[in-house]
Amino acid sequence: MHAEEKMTLEKWPAAPEKQTLEGKNKFVGFWLFLGGETVLFASLFATYLALKDKVPNPEHALAKDLFEIPLAFLMTMLLLTSSLTSVYAMYHMKNFEFKKMQLWLGITVLLGLGFLGCEIYEFNHYVHEYHHTFTSSAFGSAFYTLVGFHGGHVVFGLSWIILLMARNAKRGLSLYNAPKFYLASLYWHFIDVVWVFIFSVVYLMGMVG
Amino acid sequence: MENNQTNTGNPSVDITYRRKRNAEEMRHQVISFALMIFFTVVAFVAVGSGMSGWFTVPFILLLAAVQVVFQLYYFMHMSHKGHEAPALFLYSGLLVGLITILTFLTIVWW
Repeated sequence: MHAEEKMTLEKWPAAPEKQTLEGKNKFVGFWLFLGGETVLFASLFATYLALKDKVPNPEHALAKDLFEIPLAFLMTMLLLTSSLTSVYAMYHMKNFEFKKMQLWLGITVLLGLGFLGCEIYEFNHYVHEYHHTFTSSAFGSAFYTLVGFHGGHVVFGLSWIILLMARNAKRGLSLYNAPKFYLASLYWHFIDVVWVFIFSVVYLMGMVG
Repeated sequence: MENNQTNTGNPSVDITYRRKRNAEEMRHQVISFALMIFFTVVAFVAVGSGMSGWFTVPFILLLAAVQVVFQLYYFMHMSHKGHEAPALFLYSGLLVGLITILTFLTIVWW
């Protein structure tokens, strides 16, 4: 089977993302990239933990003054649910149901946009209510770098999924684009993995004090 | 993947079998999602109830680790065959990352 071959339900392989050599290479290469991303985020977490609540004078807001449970909880639920909807998309991809896959990817994008909206509101709130900015303290720099880098990954992941959906809208599923959809969904799960540590280490541990 | 070996030569039999397997796997995914939601709620409740930090901090870190295992092994399919290289890459990254965190927490003190 080659990548451009017209696919039918009968010919669709069980693991379409790894059927071609290109697909196999992308799979290994992408996991190598995720290993590197793990190191990137670990260094940002290390920086945040070392500089948490390090402010120049007592007028600056600390972690326990800033974070609130309801917003952090809402953002976590949005991102966690979007991880499940992208699993549904890959389930339909394996069953060769292109329309259903597109639908679930669309729901994933909407949930991701909801998360992004909350994050923008949150940062805006901190800057205007608490004067907690990127340059106000070492704590501020470390916080916005870590959480902002994650938010940047959300923006990139959303653009990636939207582009894939638009680019392949009339093409249908093939062995050429199956690895692309699969890797975009892996990337989306990885974003959720990082968020699990952000809500635990930054928000929940921040509220504990 | 293991269901590559189930070719009977009859495409419609293969498809029915594979769809069944996929549906089965999807059910497991939904169960792991429910567990992840449950762990998240427990972590938020533990913090919201205002228990001592000496208990809450290790507890929520443990819940986070369990959740990430679910995410990696079920959602990201690391429990499937053919994920030896991904496991090597991820755990190498994790090792370097954890050493970085340990270093920063012990030598950065200002």
